[in-house]
Amino acid sequence: MKAAIITFPGSNREGDVFRALADVTGHKPVHVWHADYELPPGTDLVVLPGGFAYGDYLRCGAIAGRAHIMQAVKAHAARGGLVLGICNGFQILVESGLLPGVLMRNANLRFVCKMQHLRVERADTPFTRAYKQNQVIKVCIAHGEGNYIADAETIARLEGEGLVAFRYCDGAGKVGGAANPNGSLHDIAGIYSADRKVLGLMPHPENLIDPLVGGIDGRGLFTSLMAA
Amino acid sequence: MNEPALTPELIASHGLKPDEYQRILKLIGRAPSFTELGIFSAMWNEHCSYKSSRLHLRGLPTKAPWVIQGPGENAGVIDIGDGEACVFKMESHNHPSFIEPYQGAATGVGGILRDVFTMGARPIACLNALRFGAPEHPKTRHLVAGVVAGIGGYGNSFGVPTVGGQVGFHTRYDGNILVNAMAVGLARSDAIFYAKATGVGNPIVYLGSKTGRDGIHGASMASAAFEADAEEKRPTVQVGDPFAEKLLLEACLELMQTGAVIAIQDMGAAGLTSSAVEMGAKGNLGIELDLDALPCREERMSAYEMMLSESQERMLMVLDPARAEIAKAVFVKWGLDFAIVGKTTDNLRFVVKHGGEVKADLPIKELGDEAPLYDRPWVETPKQAVIEARDVRPPVGHDVALLRLLATPDLCSKRWVWEQYDHLILGNSVQQPGGDAAVVRVGDGPKGLAFTTDVTPRYCEADPVEGGKQAVAEAWRNLTASGARPLALTDNLNFGNPEKPEAMGQLVGCIRGIGEACAALDFPVVSGNVSLYNETQGRGILPTPTIGGVGLVKDVAQAASIGFKQADEVIMLIGATQGWLGQSLYLRDICGLERGAPPPVDLDAERRNGDFVRELIAFGEVSAVHDIADGGLGVALAEMALAGNLGARITVLPQGEAHGVLFGEDQARYIITATTANSLRIAKAAGQAGVPLVAMGVTGGTALTLPDCEPLPLPRLREAHEHWLPSFMGD
Repeated sequence: MKAAIITFPGSNREGDVFRALADVTGHKPVHVWHADYELPPGTDLVVLPGGFAYGDYLRCGAIAGRAHIMQAVKAHAARGGLVLGICNGFQILVESGLLPGVLMRNANLRFVCKMQHLRVERADTPFTRAYKQNQVIKVCIAHGEGNYIADAETIARLEGEGLVAFRYCDGAGKVGGAANPNGSLHDIAGIYSADRKVLGLMPHPENLIDPLVGGIDGRGLFTSLMAA
Repeated sequence: MNEPALTPELIASHGLKPDEYQRILKLIGRAPSFTELGIFSAMWNEHCSYKSSRLHLRGLPTKAPWVIQGPGENAGVIDIGDGEACVFKMESHNHPSFIEPYQGAATGVGGILRDVFTMGARPIACLNALRFGAPEHPKTRHLVAGVVAGIGGYGNSFGVPTVGGQVGFHTRYDGNILVNAMAVGLARSDAIFYAKATGVGNPIVYLGSKTGRDGIHGASMASAAFEADAEEKRPTVQVGDPFAEKLLLEACLELMQTGAVIAIQDMGAAGLTSSAVEMGAKGNLGIELDLDALPCREERMSAYEMMLSESQERMLMVLDPARAEIAKAVFVKWGLDFAIVGKTTDNLRFVVKHGGEVKADLPIKELGDEAPLYDRPWVETPKQAVIEARDVRPPVGHDVALLRLLATPDLCSKRWVWEQYDHLILGNSVQQPGGDAAVVRVGDGPKGLAFTTDVTPRYCEADPVEGGKQAVAEAWRNLTASGARPLALTDNLNFGNPEKPEAMGQLVGCIRGIGEACAALDFPVVSGNVSLYNETQGRGILPTPTIGGVGLVKDVAQAASIGFKQADEVIMLIGATQGWLGQSLYLRDICGLERGAPPPVDLDAERRNGDFVRELIAFGEVSAVHDIADGGLGVALAEMALAGNLGARITVLPQGEAHGVLFGEDQARYIITATTANSLRIAKAAGQAGVPLVAMGVTGGTALTLPDCEPLPLPRLREAHEHWLPSFMGD
């Protein structure tokens, strides 16, 4: 599996996801600079890492969503290539139009970094086949703008077509209430594109790959991708 | 621009005393120009010149075989083995944070990060120590919200985990909060970069963001006491841009790889003036600046303004001329300004040109070396009476007292604060906020570094020497409790007005105490910062010498943490307990008495007990370790139970009045847990090592039960511990 990680000025978890991919899959990904026009030939997976691309000035993900390299990322997605956007990467995906909806400021208007349970909604996608359906995993979140909002029609479509990837929940898998850290509609933590080849999520599975540092519940996502 | 006449008022408004101005006249043999006056004011203020503290700081231990660079550079550097070095420093941003809490705190973080990466180190962790006024003071909530958001806003975006810190409240900080930020970075020990310029005629290069009018005279503001008009100083607070700083970091580290950098200095306090003078003076070279080439973001800036601006995210470098083009390409790639603004000279003059005129021409060495040095009058702080536990009547039962203590502003959980800091980025945070020390793995391990920030201001107020010792001892103990070998520290000395003998006496006493503890514990000072004039309308802060400690963990898998691990383990107390209630939080917050001599620090006992505990951790003999500090034994037990979500039954306490034993703040103590088999071995070893040990009880259940008390169910303890801060902040 050949992965390319896009580095924007202001990206800051590109090293974390590099380490996770290299550690879990055994293959070192390639870093691609935002000002480039092309992806390395044969790229299977494009990763948009966490961070504050272009300082998140104007609106989070807004400038990055229009960077040169995003044309190549869109073409890659159109060919059915895999795209993973984590945190700021998710924000960039919605800004670029590769995923619907928008990520607003957290409902309490504060940045939040903590361990967070997620429910894996389906286990038959390239990103989740190493998990079980409805499995509860513990990863971490670290964002100020993770409050997923979309119009009623979009939400209905996401739900109807099974495009919700992960939902915030408590340790027992129960969604809603205090288990939702940012006010997201339908407790949405991550969504797929219609063909389930593009995944955007706010939590950071790449930081949960090591039993010494919080746990290994994030490994499943990268193990799943290994088969891609 | 017409330059104003140098009236006595103008000179005074630059923070220069009449005798200091005379010193300038004598030094240069003429009246200074307006720009030169600004340069002197920037170089000779307290913040940059350490004129009140220098004399006393000389006595601090700064050397050890593992110290690569002690005080005097941008940050301290220690050897951590395997060709790696740890670079760290702590610095205050108190006055700006009071005036504009978000930007003040944010730029405090930005400044200290720059100090670290200027030396060639990639930042791996941030910590902080925050002191706010009384919770009931009308500004406190606004300041807490702003400072915490500012620290998070900068560090989170820059991409460094904020892994630990301290938050305290006291009415003496009502008009003068403290924001002390610490940054730690990693470098190759043979690739450390310094400020010392070399070579005549080499280009001086300006890098980073453009210069604006923000922060002019920031360092002077930081060197004056606040009057009632503090808020009017808002325009002197700088504005931070963590995005620009992240680019500057990547560009600087990339540039350093090319071999083009001869010397580098960040533009922090006193901006271009201080960085240029320092580079030249350290290298025995003159510096000539041509301000026409300076990248500015505002029009018609004067030489005076350019020299004193404290715009953020800027660097100054001396480059190898042969590689200047390679260097430029790196900065163009990162979209940062790159301008040659001057050159090194052989005449030891600091020359500033602008618009074809020489705006300043000063002797460069003397600007720093001839700064005033004061031996200010000081008086020793009167000793307070020792308070015996038997003379203090417990106003409530011990279980009630414990619940109340856990819910006090100083002892309650600071989750509301640290959840706003990204403490997990980089994926090496082995131990997260809320424990004794933060532990961060170095690369892929197994080695790790432990960090902590500590000081107990009320002890320093009651007895500066013991308080100074205690701050160092507690940092050393916190590192030890995580399993680390304490290596070195950075000190951030926050005090009141040094022109008042009482405040000066606190500074002198604390430095003495710090020095004694550093020497006894082999724990040298490698960097630091002094913040004086922390006074508002004549009232000084509590003396607050914050200590930032760094220790080395051989294998992070072996690091210890505070939570109880499993049921039926033996809970042991290490260290002697006298039941010292003087200056304890029990006495203050339960009995309403803020008085007495603080607990004395026996440095031999610290060392003996600490070395014993560290060895137990290294041999895997113990399952949980916690140092005992604020709130005493009772609070430490509750914290261990909460962290492990496991109760305990305590049946044996050391001899003495129960409230003194449970809540006294005797030093040099730890709580450890171990299996029954291990505990017998540990008790025997303690006896042989002369380390006091009491087996107090066993872990298990869902409540903490103290002798002669109702069991305290963990949910009740947790509610008490977690409730206060979110509710205070209006959640």
